[in-house]
Amino acid sequence: MTKVIVQGKVKGTVLKTTNPINFLGAIDKKTGIIHDQKIDIFEKSIKDSILVFPHGIGSSVGAYTIYSLKSYESAPLAMICKKADLTVASGCALANIPMIVVSKQKFDSIENGEEVEINTESTTILN
Amino acid sequence: MELTQEEQAALNGEKGDTLQTAYRILVATGEATNAEKLVPIDWAHLSGVNYNTIGDSGEEFLRKISHDAKVKVKTTVNPMGFDFDHISEFAHIDNDFIEKQKSIRDSYIRMGVEPTFSCTPYDIYELPNKGTQVSFAESNAAIFANSLGDLKTNKESAFSALASALTGKSPYSDLRKDQSSIPLTVRMKLENPNELDFGLLGFFAGKVSDTSVNISGVSQPDRRSCKALCGGMGTSGTCAKFQFIDEEQNSSEKIDFGKEEMNKIYDELNTTDKGDLITLGSPQLGLQELSDLSKMLKGRSFQKRCMIFCSRAVQNQARTLEHTNEIERAGGEILSDCCTCLTPLIDTNETDSVTTNSVKGAYYLKNSTGVDVNLKPLSRIIEEDTR
Repeated sequence: MTKVIVQGKVKGTVLKTTNPINFLGAIDKKTGIIHDQKIDIFEKSIKDSILVFPHGIGSSVGAYTIYSLKSYESAPLAMICKKADLTVASGCALANIPMIVVSKQKFDSIENGEEVEINTESTTILN
Repeated sequence: MELTQEEQAALNGEKGDTLQTAYRILVATGEATNAEKLVPIDWAHLSGVNYNTIGDSGEEFLRKISHDAKVKVKTTVNPMGFDFDHISEFAHIDNDFIEKQKSIRDSYIRMGVEPTFSCTPYDIYELPNKGTQVSFAESNAAIFANSLGDLKTNKESAFSALASALTGKSPYSDLRKDQSSIPLTVRMKLENPNELDFGLLGFFAGKVSDTSVNISGVSQPDRRSCKALCGGMGTSGTCAKFQFIDEEQNSSEKIDFGKEEMNKIYDELNTTDKGDLITLGSPQLGLQELSDLSKMLKGRSFQKRCMIFCSRAVQNQARTLEHTNEIERAGGEILSDCCTCLTPLIDTNETDSVTTNSVKGAYYLKNSTGVDVNLKPLSRIIEEDTR
Protein backbone atom coordinates (compact mmCIF):
# COMPACT_ATOMS: atom_id res chain seq x y z
CA MET A 1 0.00 0.00 0.00
CA THR A 2 1.25 3.47 -0.91
CA LYS A 3 1.33 5.98 1.89
CA VAL A 4 1.70 9.75 1.72
CA ILE A 5 4.16 11.31 4.17
CA VAL A 6 4.51 14.74 2.55
CA GLN A 7 2.00 15.94 -0.04
CA GLY A 8 2.67 17.27 -3.53
CA LYS A 9 2.40 16.77 -7.27
CA VAL A 10 5.49 16.29 -9.47
CA LYS A 11 6.71 14.52 -12.61
CA GLY A 12 10.28 13.40 -13.17
CA THR A 13 12.94 10.80 -13.87
CA VAL A 14 13.71 8.08 -11.35
CA LEU A 15 17.17 7.88 -9.79
CA LYS A 16 17.13 4.62 -7.88
CA THR A 17 19.50 2.95 -5.45
CA THR A 18 18.96 -0.19 -3.43
CA ASN A 19 21.36 1.12 -0.75
CA PRO A 20 20.05 3.02 2.29
CA ILE A 21 21.36 6.61 2.48
CA ASN A 22 23.05 8.48 5.33
CA PHE A 23 22.29 12.02 4.12
CA LEU A 24 24.89 13.64 6.37
CA GLY A 25 27.78 11.40 5.38
CA ALA A 26 26.89 10.47 1.84
CA ILE A 27 25.61 13.55 0.01
CA ASP A 28 27.07 17.01 -0.64
CA LYS A 29 24.54 19.40 0.90
CA LYS A 30 25.09 22.10 -1.74
CA THR A 31 25.36 20.14 -4.98
CA GLY A 32 23.39 16.99 -4.22
CA ILE A 33 26.21 14.77 -5.48
CA ILE A 34 26.59 11.38 -3.78
CA HIS A 35 30.11 10.95 -2.42
CA ASP A 36 29.84 7.67 -0.53
CA GLN A 37 31.48 5.05 -2.75
CA LYS A 38 29.41 2.27 -1.23
CA ILE A 39 26.21 3.64 -2.75
CA ASP A 40 25.59 2.29 -6.24
CA ILE A 41 24.69 5.75 -7.62
CA PHE A 42 28.06 7.14 -6.44
CA GLU A 43 29.01 10.48 -8.11
CA LYS A 44 25.49 11.00 -9.47
CA SER A 45 23.50 14.09 -8.47
CA ILE A 46 20.12 13.65 -6.83
CA LYS A 47 19.09 17.17 -7.96
CA ASP A 48 15.67 17.32 -9.67
CA SER A 49 15.32 13.53 -9.66
CA ILE A 50 12.61 11.34 -8.22
CA LEU A 51 14.94 9.76 -5.66
CA VAL A 52 14.02 6.14 -4.97
CA PHE A 53 15.87 4.46 -2.08
CA PRO A 54 14.95 1.98 0.69
CA HIS A 55 15.22 4.40 3.66
CA GLY A 56 17.53 6.82 5.45
CA ILE A 57 20.17 5.65 7.94
CA GLY A 58 22.68 7.13 10.36
CA SER A 59 22.90 10.72 11.51
CA SER A 60 19.85 12.61 12.68
CA VAL A 61 21.37 15.79 11.18
CA GLY A 62 20.62 14.34 7.75
CA ALA A 63 17.30 16.20 8.05
CA TYR A 64 19.22 19.49 7.81
CA THR A 65 21.04 18.14 4.73
CA ILE A 66 17.67 17.65 3.04
CA TYR A 67 16.60 21.17 4.02
CA SER A 68 19.93 22.54 2.76
CA LEU A 69 19.61 20.72 -0.58
CA LYS A 70 16.27 22.44 -1.06
CA SER A 71 17.74 25.87 -0.22
CA TYR A 72 20.51 25.36 -2.81
CA GLU A 73 17.96 24.11 -5.37
CA SER A 74 19.75 20.77 -5.46
CA ALA A 75 17.00 18.69 -3.87
CA PRO A 76 15.17 15.81 -5.53
CA LEU A 77 11.69 16.65 -6.85
CA ALA A 78 10.29 13.90 -4.64
CA MET A 79 11.39 10.88 -2.63
CA ILE A 80 10.02 7.34 -2.72
CA CYS A 81 11.03 4.96 0.08
CA LYS A 82 10.25 1.41 1.11
CA LYS A 83 10.27 2.36 4.78
CA ALA A 84 9.77 5.79 6.33
CA ASP A 85 12.38 6.96 8.80
CA LEU A 86 12.18 10.08 10.93
CA THR A 87 15.18 11.82 9.40
CA VAL A 88 13.90 11.69 5.83
CA ALA A 89 10.25 12.28 6.80
CA SER A 90 11.02 15.36 8.90
CA GLY A 91 13.55 16.74 6.41
CA CYS A 92 11.03 16.44 3.57
CA ALA A 93 8.25 17.91 5.75
CA LEU A 94 10.27 21.03 6.51
CA ALA A 95 11.66 21.37 2.98
CA ASN A 96 8.28 20.65 1.38
CA ILE A 97 9.57 17.79 -0.75
CA PRO A 98 6.79 15.32 -1.60
CA MET A 99 7.52 11.95 -0.04
CA ILE A 100 5.70 8.63 -0.27
CA VAL A 101 6.26 5.12 1.06
CA VAL A 102 5.50 2.18 -1.22
CA SER A 103 5.28 -1.59 -0.75
CA LYS A 104 8.28 -3.84 -1.38
CA GLN A 105 6.73 -5.13 -4.63
CA LYS A 106 6.09 -1.61 -5.90
CA PHE A 107 9.58 -0.52 -4.84
CA ASP A 108 11.17 -3.44 -6.69
CA SER A 109 9.19 -2.68 -9.83
CA ILE A 110 10.37 0.94 -10.15
CA GLU A 111 13.22 1.20 -12.64
CA ASN A 112 16.12 3.60 -12.84
CA GLY A 113 15.58 6.21 -15.58
CA GLU A 114 11.83 5.63 -15.69
CA GLU A 115 9.48 8.65 -15.97
CA VAL A 116 6.98 8.74 -13.11
CA GLU A 117 4.32 11.07 -11.80
CA ILE A 118 3.47 11.52 -8.14
CA ASN A 119 0.18 13.12 -7.21
CA THR A 120 -0.73 12.68 -3.56
CA GLU A 121 -4.25 14.01 -4.21
CA SER A 122 -5.08 11.35 -6.81
CA THR A 123 -6.24 7.85 -5.93
CA THR A 124 -3.32 6.08 -7.57
CA ILE A 125 -0.66 8.47 -6.08
CA LEU A 126 2.16 7.01 -8.20
CA ASN A 127 1.95 6.56 -11.98
CA MET B 1 -3.10 10.29 13.68
CA GLU B 2 -5.61 11.85 16.09
CA LEU B 3 -4.89 15.33 17.35
CA THR B 4 -6.51 17.14 20.26
CA GLN B 5 -8.37 20.38 19.50
CA GLU B 6 -5.42 22.37 20.76
CA GLU B 7 -2.92 20.43 18.61
CA GLN B 8 -5.14 20.79 15.54
CA ALA B 9 -5.39 24.56 16.13
CA ALA B 10 -1.60 24.82 16.31
CA LEU B 11 -1.29 22.77 13.10
CA ASN B 12 -3.72 25.17 11.42
CA GLY B 13 -1.42 28.06 12.30
CA GLU B 14 -3.55 29.60 15.04
CA LYS B 15 -0.53 29.74 17.39
CA GLY B 16 1.98 31.19 14.96
CA ASP B 17 4.25 30.00 12.17
CA THR B 18 6.86 28.32 14.35
CA LEU B 19 4.43 26.05 16.18
CA GLN B 20 2.66 25.32 12.91
CA THR B 21 5.98 24.14 11.44
CA ALA B 22 6.67 22.08 14.56
CA TYR B 23 3.28 20.36 14.35
CA ARG B 24 3.70 19.79 10.62
CA ILE B 25 6.92 17.89 11.38
CA LEU B 26 5.24 15.90 14.18
CA VAL B 27 2.37 14.94 11.89
CA ALA B 28 4.72 13.83 9.07
CA THR B 29 6.86 11.75 11.44
CA GLY B 30 3.72 10.45 13.15
CA GLU B 31 2.29 9.33 9.80
CA ALA B 32 5.64 7.83 8.85
CA THR B 33 5.66 5.66 11.97
CA ASN B 34 1.90 4.91 12.19
CA ALA B 35 1.43 6.81 15.44
CA GLU B 36 -2.14 7.14 16.69
CA LYS B 37 -1.48 10.18 18.91
CA LEU B 38 1.10 12.52 20.43
CA VAL B 39 2.42 11.94 23.96
CA PRO B 40 4.20 14.32 26.36
CA ILE B 41 7.98 14.06 26.67
CA ASP B 42 10.22 15.21 29.54
CA TRP B 43 13.51 15.90 27.79
CA ALA B 44 14.64 16.70 24.24
CA HIS B 45 18.19 16.44 22.94
CA LEU B 46 18.87 18.27 19.68
CA SER B 47 21.36 17.65 16.90
CA GLY B 48 22.11 20.23 14.23
CA VAL B 49 24.44 22.56 16.17
CA ASN B 50 27.74 22.28 14.28
CA TYR B 51 27.88 24.81 11.42
CA ASN B 52 29.73 22.19 9.37
CA THR B 53 26.69 19.90 9.50
CA ILE B 54 23.81 22.35 9.00
CA GLY B 55 25.44 24.99 6.80
CA ASP B 56 24.13 28.43 5.87
CA SER B 57 20.54 27.32 5.34
CA GLY B 58 20.47 25.72 8.81
CA GLU B 59 22.02 28.79 10.42
CA GLU B 60 19.46 31.02 8.73
CA PHE B 61 16.54 28.75 9.66
CA LEU B 62 17.53 28.71 13.35
CA ARG B 63 18.13 32.47 13.44
CA LYS B 64 14.69 33.06 11.98
CA ILE B 65 12.72 30.75 14.25
CA SER B 66 14.66 31.63 17.43
CA HIS B 67 12.99 35.03 17.58
CA ASP B 68 9.71 33.52 18.66
CA ALA B 69 10.49 29.83 19.37
CA LYS B 70 10.86 28.75 23.01
CA VAL B 71 11.52 25.21 24.20
CA LYS B 72 8.74 23.80 26.41
CA VAL B 73 10.76 21.04 28.13
CA LYS B 74 14.35 20.53 29.30
CA THR B 75 16.42 20.60 26.12
CA THR B 76 20.10 19.74 25.72
CA VAL B 77 22.12 20.22 22.52
CA ASN B 78 24.84 18.48 20.51
CA PRO B 79 28.43 19.69 20.05
CA MET B 80 29.36 22.74 18.00
CA GLY B 81 32.24 22.77 15.50
CA PHE B 82 34.95 23.92 17.89
CA ASP B 83 35.79 25.02 21.44
CA PHE B 84 35.51 28.82 21.74
CA ASP B 85 38.19 28.78 24.49
CA HIS B 86 40.76 27.32 22.08
CA ILE B 87 39.79 28.84 18.77
CA SER B 88 42.92 31.02 18.58
CA GLU B 89 45.03 27.84 18.40
CA PHE B 90 43.38 26.83 15.13
CA ALA B 91 44.39 29.56 12.70
CA HIS B 92 42.91 27.82 9.66
CA ILE B 93 39.32 28.31 10.85
CA ASP B 94 38.05 31.39 9.09
CA ASN B 95 36.03 34.23 10.58
CA ASP B 96 32.95 33.34 8.59
CA PHE B 97 32.83 29.90 10.26
CA ILE B 98 33.32 31.47 13.69
CA GLU B 99 30.56 34.05 13.13
CA LYS B 100 28.09 31.48 11.78
CA GLN B 101 28.84 29.12 14.68
CA LYS B 102 28.27 31.99 17.14
CA SER B 103 24.95 32.75 15.48
CA ILE B 104 23.83 29.11 15.76
CA ARG B 105 24.90 28.95 19.42
CA ASP B 106 23.05 32.20 20.19
CA SER B 107 19.90 31.05 18.37
CA TYR B 108 19.72 27.89 20.48
CA ILE B 109 20.37 29.85 23.68
CA ARG B 110 17.61 32.32 22.69
CA MET B 111 15.25 29.36 22.41
CA GLY B 112 16.06 28.46 26.01
CA VAL B 113 18.17 25.29 25.68
CA GLU B 114 20.75 24.14 28.23
CA PRO B 115 24.06 25.05 26.54
CA THR B 116 25.58 21.57 27.01
CA PHE B 117 27.07 21.22 23.48
CA SER B 118 27.62 17.53 24.06
CA CYS B 119 26.76 14.24 22.34
CA THR B 120 26.75 12.51 25.76
CA PRO B 121 23.87 14.11 27.72
CA TYR B 122 23.71 10.87 29.74
CA ASP B 123 27.19 11.68 31.14
CA ILE B 124 26.05 15.13 32.29
CA TYR B 125 22.60 14.71 33.84
CA GLU B 126 21.10 12.03 36.00
CA LEU B 127 18.61 10.07 33.91
CA PRO B 128 14.89 10.39 34.74
CA ASN B 129 12.79 7.50 36.01
CA LYS B 130 12.53 4.29 34.02
CA GLY B 131 9.99 4.42 31.23
CA THR B 132 10.09 8.23 30.88
CA GLN B 133 9.41 9.46 27.33
CA VAL B 134 12.24 11.59 25.93
CA SER B 135 13.16 12.74 22.42
CA PHE B 136 16.84 12.30 21.56
CA ALA B 137 18.15 13.15 18.12
CA GLU B 138 21.82 12.27 18.65
CA SER B 139 21.84 8.62 17.65
CA ASN B 140 24.33 7.31 20.21
CA ALA B 141 22.39 9.11 22.96
CA ALA B 142 19.04 7.70 21.79
CA ILE B 143 20.48 4.17 21.77
CA PHE B 144 22.07 4.71 25.19
CA ALA B 145 18.81 6.10 26.61
CA ASN B 146 16.71 3.16 25.37
CA SER B 147 19.18 0.37 25.98
CA LEU B 148 21.07 1.32 29.14
CA GLY B 149 18.86 4.00 30.68
CA ASP B 150 15.42 2.36 30.32
CA LEU B 151 14.04 5.55 28.79
CA LYS B 152 11.80 5.67 25.73
CA THR B 153 12.68 7.45 22.51
CA ASN B 154 12.69 6.74 18.81
CA LYS B 155 15.81 7.49 16.83
CA GLU B 156 14.73 11.08 16.37
CA SER B 157 15.90 13.39 13.62
CA ALA B 158 17.25 16.90 14.20
CA PHE B 159 13.84 18.33 13.19
CA SER B 160 11.62 15.83 14.98
CA ALA B 161 13.52 16.43 18.25
CA LEU B 162 13.34 20.20 17.71
CA ALA B 163 9.60 19.93 17.10
CA SER B 164 9.31 17.90 20.32
CA ALA B 165 11.33 20.49 22.25
CA LEU B 166 9.05 23.30 21.04
CA THR B 167 5.78 21.45 21.70
CA GLY B 168 6.74 19.08 24.54
CA LYS B 169 5.30 16.19 22.50
CA SER B 170 6.29 13.27 20.28
CA PRO B 171 4.35 10.81 18.12
CA TYR B 172 3.51 7.66 20.08
CA SER B 173 5.00 4.95 17.89
CA ASP B 174 7.66 2.25 17.51
CA LEU B 175 10.05 2.15 20.49
CA ARG B 176 7.89 4.54 22.54
CA LYS B 177 5.22 1.87 22.85
CA ASP B 178 5.67 -1.18 24.99
CA GLN B 179 8.13 -3.43 23.31
CA SER B 180 7.05 -6.53 21.49
CA SER B 181 9.72 -9.21 21.23
CA ILE B 182 12.90 -8.30 19.35
CA PRO B 183 13.11 -10.37 16.13
CA LEU B 184 16.90 -10.62 15.72
CA THR B 185 19.86 -11.64 17.88
CA VAL B 186 23.47 -10.84 16.98
CA ARG B 187 25.78 -13.41 18.57
CA MET B 188 29.07 -11.84 19.65
CA LYS B 189 31.77 -14.41 18.88
CA LEU B 190 34.91 -12.35 19.58
CA GLU B 191 36.93 -13.27 22.67
CA ASN B 192 37.97 -10.52 25.11
CA PRO B 193 36.63 -7.68 23.00
CA ASN B 194 38.06 -4.18 23.44
CA GLU B 195 36.13 -0.92 22.83
CA LEU B 196 36.96 -0.96 19.10
CA ASP B 197 35.49 -4.46 18.78
CA PHE B 198 32.34 -3.16 20.49
CA GLY B 199 32.19 -0.24 18.06
CA LEU B 200 32.47 -2.66 15.13
CA LEU B 201 29.85 -4.94 16.72
CA GLY B 202 27.53 -1.93 16.99
CA PHE B 203 28.13 -0.96 13.36
CA PHE B 204 27.39 -4.55 12.25
CA ALA B 205 24.30 -4.92 14.46
CA GLY B 206 22.96 -1.54 13.27
CA LYS B 207 23.35 -2.64 9.67
CA VAL B 208 21.56 -5.99 9.94
CA SER B 209 18.72 -5.00 12.29
CA ASP B 210 15.59 -2.88 12.01
CA THR B 211 14.69 -0.73 15.05
CA SER B 212 15.93 -3.03 17.84
CA VAL B 213 18.30 -5.95 18.29
CA ASN B 214 19.34 -8.53 20.89
CA ILE B 215 23.03 -9.05 21.54
CA SER B 216 24.25 -12.29 23.11
CA GLY B 217 27.69 -13.51 24.13
CA VAL B 218 28.62 -10.30 25.91
CA SER B 219 29.28 -10.01 29.62
CA GLN B 220 29.07 -6.62 31.31
CA PRO B 221 31.14 -4.35 29.08
CA ASP B 222 32.54 -1.20 30.70
CA ARG B 223 31.07 2.21 29.93
CA ARG B 224 33.66 3.02 27.26
CA SER B 225 32.72 -0.15 25.37
CA CYS B 226 28.99 0.51 25.82
CA LYS B 227 29.38 4.02 24.42
CA ALA B 228 31.43 2.68 21.48
CA LEU B 229 28.66 0.14 20.81
CA CYS B 230 26.01 2.90 20.83
CA GLY B 231 28.13 5.13 18.57
CA GLY B 232 28.81 2.40 15.99
CA MET B 233 25.19 1.24 15.96
CA GLY B 234 23.83 4.75 15.42
CA THR B 235 26.06 5.30 12.39
CA SER B 236 25.15 2.36 10.21
CA GLY B 237 21.39 1.97 10.36
CA THR B 238 18.03 2.76 11.88
CA CYS B 239 18.38 0.66 15.03
CA ALA B 240 17.81 2.60 18.27
CA LYS B 241 17.78 -0.10 20.91
CA PHE B 242 19.76 -3.16 21.95
CA GLN B 243 19.32 -5.61 24.75
CA PHE B 244 22.01 -7.93 26.12
CA ILE B 245 20.52 -11.41 26.43
CA ASP B 246 21.40 -14.92 27.35
CA GLU B 247 21.18 -16.80 24.06
CA GLU B 248 19.53 -19.97 25.32
CA GLN B 249 16.46 -18.06 26.47
CA ASN B 250 15.71 -16.68 23.05
CA SER B 251 13.93 -17.89 19.95
CA SER B 252 14.66 -15.00 17.57
CA GLU B 253 16.60 -15.25 14.29
CA LYS B 254 20.39 -15.39 14.92
CA ILE B 255 23.34 -13.85 13.08
CA ASP B 256 26.97 -14.35 14.14
CA PHE B 257 29.47 -11.53 14.53
CA GLY B 258 32.86 -13.23 14.37
CA LYS B 259 36.34 -12.51 13.01
CA GLU B 260 35.22 -12.56 9.39
CA GLU B 261 32.33 -10.12 9.89
CA MET B 262 34.56 -7.89 12.01
CA ASN B 263 37.37 -7.80 9.44
CA LYS B 264 34.98 -6.87 6.67
CA ILE B 265 33.76 -3.75 8.49
CA TYR B 266 37.24 -2.95 9.76
CA ASP B 267 38.60 -2.99 6.20
CA GLU B 268 35.79 -0.67 5.07
CA LEU B 269 36.64 1.91 7.73
CA ASN B 270 40.41 1.54 8.21
CA THR B 271 42.12 3.04 5.17
CA THR B 272 45.71 3.58 6.37
CA ASP B 273 48.11 2.17 8.96
CA LYS B 274 49.31 5.52 10.32
CA GLY B 275 47.59 8.76 11.34
CA ASP B 276 49.03 12.30 11.27
CA LEU B 277 47.17 13.04 14.49
CA ILE B 278 44.94 11.28 17.02
CA THR B 279 41.36 12.04 18.06
CA LEU B 280 39.67 10.49 21.09
CA GLY B 281 35.92 11.02 21.20
CA SER B 282 32.70 10.32 19.32
CA PRO B 283 31.09 9.86 21.68
CA GLN B 284 32.80 12.45 23.93
CA LEU B 285 34.72 10.93 26.86
CA GLY B 286 33.13 10.67 30.31
CA LEU B 287 34.75 11.26 33.67
CA GLN B 288 35.77 7.63 34.17
CA GLU B 289 37.30 7.49 30.68
CA LEU B 290 39.40 10.61 31.42
CA SER B 291 40.48 9.10 34.72
CA ASP B 292 41.47 5.83 32.95
CA LEU B 293 43.32 7.78 30.26
CA SER B 294 45.27 9.76 32.81
CA LYS B 295 46.40 6.48 34.43
CA MET B 296 47.37 4.94 31.08
CA LEU B 297 49.45 8.02 30.24
CA LYS B 298 51.47 7.99 33.47
CA GLY B 299 55.06 8.85 32.57
CA ARG B 300 54.39 8.74 28.82
CA SER B 301 53.98 11.44 26.17
CA PHE B 302 52.09 11.61 22.90
CA GLN B 303 54.40 11.46 19.89
CA LYS B 304 51.89 13.32 17.77
CA ARG B 305 49.05 15.76 18.27
CA CYS B 306 46.14 14.23 20.21
CA MET B 307 42.74 15.92 20.53
CA ILE B 308 40.60 14.62 23.40
CA PHE B 309 36.91 15.54 23.31
CA CYS B 310 34.66 15.68 26.39
CA SER B 311 31.71 17.81 27.46
CA ARG B 312 32.33 21.08 29.33
CA ALA B 313 30.64 19.63 32.43
CA VAL B 314 32.90 16.55 32.41
CA GLN B 315 36.01 18.66 31.77
CA ASN B 316 35.19 20.84 34.80
CA GLN B 317 34.73 17.77 37.01
CA ALA B 318 37.94 16.21 35.68
CA ARG B 319 39.86 19.43 36.45
CA THR B 320 38.58 19.47 40.02
CA LEU B 321 39.63 15.83 40.43
CA GLU B 322 42.98 16.55 38.69
CA HIS B 323 42.56 13.86 36.01
CA THR B 324 43.52 16.48 33.44
CA ASN B 325 47.05 17.11 34.81
CA GLU B 326 48.63 13.90 33.52
CA ILE B 327 46.77 14.11 30.20
CA GLU B 328 47.92 17.66 29.50
CA ARG B 329 51.46 16.92 30.69
CA ALA B 330 51.53 14.10 28.13
CA GLY B 331 50.61 16.62 25.45
CA GLY B 332 46.91 15.78 25.10
CA GLU B 333 44.65 18.71 24.13
CA ILE B 334 41.37 18.59 26.04
CA LEU B 335 38.58 20.21 24.02
CA SER B 336 34.93 20.77 24.95
CA ASP B 337 31.70 21.80 23.20
CA CYS B 338 32.85 19.94 20.05
CA CYS B 339 33.74 16.41 18.96
CA THR B 340 35.40 14.32 16.23
CA CYS B 341 32.49 14.20 13.81
CA LEU B 342 32.72 16.97 11.21
CA THR B 343 34.87 19.21 13.37
CA PRO B 344 36.67 21.88 11.32
CA LEU B 345 39.56 21.61 13.82
CA ILE B 346 41.07 18.99 11.52
CA ASP B 347 42.68 21.00 8.74
CA THR B 348 42.53 18.89 5.60
CA ASN B 349 45.26 21.03 4.00
CA GLU B 350 47.65 19.82 6.66
CA THR B 351 46.17 16.48 7.70
CA ASP B 352 45.89 13.46 5.42
CA SER B 353 45.06 10.84 8.02
CA VAL B 354 43.71 10.50 11.56
CA THR B 355 44.14 7.76 14.16
CA THR B 356 41.07 7.04 16.31
CA ASN B 357 39.47 4.23 18.30
CA SER B 358 35.96 5.38 17.34
CA VAL B 359 34.04 3.56 14.63
CA LYS B 360 31.55 6.41 14.38
CA GLY B 361 34.42 8.89 14.20
CA ALA B 362 36.08 6.80 11.47
CA TYR B 363 32.94 6.81 9.30
CA TYR B 364 32.55 10.60 9.38
CA LEU B 365 36.30 11.36 9.20
CA LYS B 366 36.42 9.36 6.00
CA ASN B 367 33.11 10.29 4.38
CA SER B 368 32.60 13.88 5.56
CA THR B 369 35.96 15.34 6.59
CA GLY B 370 37.63 13.43 3.78
CA VAL B 371 40.78 12.07 5.46
CA ASP B 372 42.18 8.55 5.69
CA VAL B 373 41.57 6.71 8.95
CA ASN B 374 43.80 4.51 11.08
CA LEU B 375 41.44 2.66 13.39
CA LYS B 376 42.89 1.00 16.49
CA PRO B 377 41.97 0.49 20.14
CA LEU B 378 43.09 2.95 22.82
CA SER B 379 45.53 0.40 24.27
CA ARG B 380 47.38 0.26 20.94
CA ILE B 381 47.28 4.05 20.55
CA ILE B 382 49.01 4.33 23.93
CA GLU B 383 51.47 1.57 23.03
CA GLU B 384 52.38 2.82 19.56
CA ASP B 385 51.83 6.58 19.65
CA THR B 386 53.12 7.52 23.10
CA ARG B 387 56.54 7.04 24.61
